[in-house]
Amino acid sequence: MKKEINFTLNGNPVKIEVMPNEKLLDVLRDRLGVKSPKHGCGRGECGACSVLLNGKSIRSCITLAIEVDGQEITTLEGLEKNGMTDLQKSFLQHNSFQCGFCAPGMTITATELLNKNPHPDEEEVREAIAGNLCRCTGYQNIIDAILDVSKKE
Amino acid sequence: MERELKYVGKRAVRIDGLEKITGAAKYTDDLDFGPSMLYVAVLESPYAHAIIKNIDTSEAEKMPGVRAVLSGKDFPEKFGLYLKDNSIFPADRVRYIGEQVAAVVAETPAQAKAAVKKIKVDYEPLPVLQNPLDAIKPDAPLIHPDLGKYEVVPWLYPQPGTNIAHVRKIRKGDVDKAFEEAEYVLEDWYHVPHVVHAPIETHISVALYSYDGRLTLWNSTQSPHTQRNIIAHSLKIPHKNVRVIASYVGGGFGGKAGISMEVIAAVAAMKVPGHPVKLRWTRKQEFQNSSQRQELYAHIKMGVNKEGKIIALKHELFWDVGASAEYGSNVVNATGFSATGPYYIPNVYIDSFAIYTNRPPCGAYRGFGYSEFHFGIESHMDRMAKMIGMDPVEFRRKNAIRRGQPVAYGVEMNPTGILECIDKVAEKIEWGKEDKSPDPTKVRAKGFAAVWKAPAMPPNESSAAFLKFSEDGSINLLVSGMELGQGFLTAMAKIAAEELSLPLEKIRVELPDTDRNPYEWQTVASHVTWSCGNAVRRAAIDARNQILDTVSRAYHIDKANLYLEDGKVKCYTDPEFELPYEDFVINGIEMPDGTFRGGPIMGHGMFMPEFTSAKVNPETGLGGHPNVHYTTGAGAVEIEIDKETGRIRVLKMAEAFDAGKAINPDLVEGQIIGGFVQGLGTALWEEVKFDENGRILNPNFTDYKIPTALDVPRDMNPIIVEVAQPDGPFGARGIAEHTMIPVMPAVANAVENALGIRIKDVPITPEKILNALKEKEQKNEN
Repeated sequence: MKKEINFTLNGNPVKIEVMPNEKLLDVLRDRLGVKSPKHGCGRGECGACSVLLNGKSIRSCITLAIEVDGQEITTLEGLEKNGMTDLQKSFLQHNSFQCGFCAPGMTITATELLNKNPHPDEEEVREAIAGNLCRCTGYQNIIDAILDVSKKE
Repeated sequence: MERELKYVGKRAVRIDGLEKITGAAKYTDDLDFGPSMLYVAVLESPYAHAIIKNIDTSEAEKMPGVRAVLSGKDFPEKFGLYLKDNSIFPADRVRYIGEQVAAVVAETPAQAKAAVKKIKVDYEPLPVLQNPLDAIKPDAPLIHPDLGKYEVVPWLYPQPGTNIAHVRKIRKGDVDKAFEEAEYVLEDWYHVPHVVHAPIETHISVALYSYDGRLTLWNSTQSPHTQRNIIAHSLKIPHKNVRVIASYVGGGFGGKAGISMEVIAAVAAMKVPGHPVKLRWTRKQEFQNSSQRQELYAHIKMGVNKEGKIIALKHELFWDVGASAEYGSNVVNATGFSATGPYYIPNVYIDSFAIYTNRPPCGAYRGFGYSEFHFGIESHMDRMAKMIGMDPVEFRRKNAIRRGQPVAYGVEMNPTGILECIDKVAEKIEWGKEDKSPDPTKVRAKGFAAVWKAPAMPPNESSAAFLKFSEDGSINLLVSGMELGQGFLTAMAKIAAEELSLPLEKIRVELPDTDRNPYEWQTVASHVTWSCGNAVRRAAIDARNQILDTVSRAYHIDKANLYLEDGKVKCYTDPEFELPYEDFVINGIEMPDGTFRGGPIMGHGMFMPEFTSAKVNPETGLGGHPNVHYTTGAGAVEIEIDKETGRIRVLKMAEAFDAGKAINPDLVEGQIIGGFVQGLGTALWEEVKFDENGRILNPNFTDYKIPTALDVPRDMNPIIVEVAQPDGPFGARGIAEHTMIPVMPAVANAVENALGIRIKDVPITPEKILNALKEKEQKNEN
């Protein structure tokens, strides 16, 4: 039943045997030790498990691992390989997060936004992160940090 | 002369920011436990109320990968924080849908789940009670027939033979006489439904029972020491052999206070010594089997005299605490003492009932019952103001409690900036200034609320702190308060930084490990800045004294002439003298003869309020000192309602709280904004829906909506007021929970100001708005 898949994870090649029903999130966290994507709902509703698939954000908790065969996955660990990104630095300065559990997923989504649209307005930022739930912050400091980066570039 | 503060009250990047933003922060599920890990799955009750006639686990035990099967036969112990009415596994009856009846420990999560399905339980269904007003009736079936036998703290009063787990009464003055004298009297009912905390991280516990009899738990919790105490007590293991290690918590909001599913992991581990076992709640389990916010039916009767002074209040609170009141009974107790709201009222009658139903257990939820009763009180305040023809803000100002006036249980009110909070919010929201929507189908209006809240704690809650220097002059500060996102670590670091004149970068604050970190009751009640902050301050002062002693002895300088500045010891009488901490805090100071003075500097401190007492007259609530102090505040919103769809948008908010002294102003503002938005969810959208059998219909984020980035006001204005709390560290008191409290009534008041309709039941959905508008039109036609 197991199938071998090959994909790029944060720039490195990965070869792993997976069951057809294994979720990408579980493979990343439990088998590959990549812990930044979080398990929040298991239904693709909260966005805490967001990762980039070929640069586009997906919910790894509702993505089967076999689906990423031959593709490129980036997590927070991959984004900051060469040090914190400007977005992360801005999050830090704005005290954007409180409990921090949604931070990796939120960072993935905001990174995707800024890659596609380097100068979003406030409503575009809100729209982009509306699928990433945060229960602590009321979003304001997250939005301010993203807007700050978009103004600098 | 007062010293100028260098760290406390200054803006700063939070000290856990880097860890969280880089993903380095470890939450419990991020920890690795190796290949011997086993997984726990639980069997949930399909009935909200039923007798368990028999449990047959024989088939499950034969399933592949199964290492142990547990049920109430093995662990009949009861547990709980205040009232031990909760079961690890119920042996005799189930009391809500989703209650754990049995558990399987297996090699993989899938095997555990598969085996759980093979457990056979014989149930005899019983009548289901879902409404506290039914459950309180004398002929209602009993949910806890053994209520009289449960262990309980001395200041709660379960009523055996009923479904009442506790009743808190206040009888101050003579309300009947005052109502007769009152010029204006208004009475009505208000309703607040069950809501859930919805932290993004669900509950998780990993437990290891090692062969030498030690039980170690890695929990996502607000209460490591309290969990250790409850587990040690319930399972009869010496405290020294129970260890709770807490990682970062992915959202608590009271839901991870006390103990719940962690006991299941603990007993599961005891069945499979040597193996770590993991239990992680699914989102659905988080809804149905952690804890919810209690539902409230409140009846308020208020009397006001000619001058606009409130002279009488009768407030009856009927709380649905669900199937267990182990923690929720204290919510009921705390609100019973405080259900006047932030007003001085000479004649008060309060009954606050904790009523069992067959709904999930309810407990602490940010606000600890104050959000719920303020919805009624603050709605009522606006209606009273209208009745007497006074501006609602002015009416609140007039009646707001002043320092020294007696609160409902008779003790004098602490220093408070409530008037300043009211005024600043009114100014920021531009109270009295009309704002018209450019869209004729939409109408705009403002709503206001004032609030208070005291920490609800046993009278002898306490905090302790320990700090130790390293060779480079940096410190590790050990405390057992939890960083839940509120900024606890940064606050403690700043307090230590201030007393030791040490930059924040040189301070590391450790997350709790009950083996190593000193005692903390729990991180609840918005009290750790105050309580643990006092302990940290004392620990830092203790270390400072050791530093000054050492330097004084080595250099023969009078201690009074020495002071600390920027990580160095300096001398008032000798400006040249300068000794950096790293030169001596571990290895001491070398004397001319080659001997040394001093040694490792380690400070410790503890704090327990010594003026509180739960000993009150149960019939009047008077005679004790149940609360340490109240934090006050105010909030207002400007809303826009679409008259055609009934949809409400909140355009602007302002909230002010009297923090006494904001140790972290940025993070206080973050609390205000975050708490407001959580409150907005409960005002407009959030409600746990049950079917007629007691099953939750919306246990997920698709059907239970929490606010997204699109739903929040674009204009949010947090305001900090500082009237010092005399016994707080640098004058600080807590504000974190309070920020949620004004929202429900402020929105309801704005709705009335916009459309002339009064919604007395949250959430204020478009459906309720349109129905109320229709009703109003029909009334006008008749």
